[in-house]
Amino acid sequence: MLLNIPLTQYLFYFLSFVALLCGLMVVFSKNPVHSVLYLVLTFFAIAGHYILLNAQFLAIVHIVVYAGAIMVLFLFVIMLLNLNHDSEPHKNMLLKGAAVLAGGLLLMVLTGSLKGAETLAMHQPLNTQVGLIKNLGTVLFKDFLFPFEISSILLLGAMVGAVMIGKKEIK
Amino acid sequence: MNNILLQSSIQVIPINWYILLSAALFTIGALGVMFRRNAIIIFMCIELMLNAVNLLLVAFSSFHSDAAGQVFVFFIMAVAAAEVAVGLAILTMIYRNVKSIDIDLLGNLKN
Repeated sequence: MLLNIPLTQYLFYFLSFVALLCGLMVVFSKNPVHSVLYLVLTFFAIAGHYILLNAQFLAIVHIVVYAGAIMVLFLFVIMLLNLNHDSEPHKNMLLKGAAVLAGGLLLMVLTGSLKGAETLAMHQPLNTQVGLIKNLGTVLFKDFLFPFEISSILLLGAMVGAVMIGKKEIK
Repeated sequence: MNNILLQSSIQVIPINWYILLSAALFTIGALGVMFRRNAIIIFMCIELMLNAVNLLLVAFSSFHSDAAGQVFVFFIMAVAAAEVAVGLAILTMIYRNVKSIDIDLLGNLKN
């Protein structure tokens, strides 16, 4: 048990490092295809975090939905619009500096607000079964049944809307 | 369950580290929205911000041993999928009309 504790910590630091680095590369890489691939790496790192947090079902869903579906959609659109070259004219340096400054200030405010916060007491005993399908399914279909049905209507509406917007004008 | 290889990270990592990580990821997303002109990259940065919030929700859900947070993350994923589908359809329409997805050229709504 003593040997296992640092392993989890090392995994946390490694996954955090990968997520932050790939997140930065999404913003700063010139080629949109490279941005998409870095974002996929970020999503895999976040899925690793989910597994470390005992949210196994969400980790699988996250990989399937984000890395599998959404990112493929992004890649498809980039290839369809033939944007896979770095032709983008960049903003001028003043706007870029202002963006970096604003981002740094946002991070400073967020971490600064954390400084005075009290440390929360963890719920004891820790239930490691929370993220499994059985438990989540019970909660989803008992407490959250109505939002679940509403989300199906939302997905249907989004599908119809996407097809309506995407199709060519019919004369 | 003590013979599993790894402990749950919530037992050895303070919750503050997760808040910091999520804040950093959210800031990277916000930075990307301000920094880039390519509309698709801006979309991806919005996804990154959504994921930062998801990570924090899962961390708190695991911290409190409460499944409701993970159900919220599930719904956020569904909404994000719908948003991406509609948003990319709008982007392809814009590209078809303007032949560019540079957001600085899309100020027509303003005047």
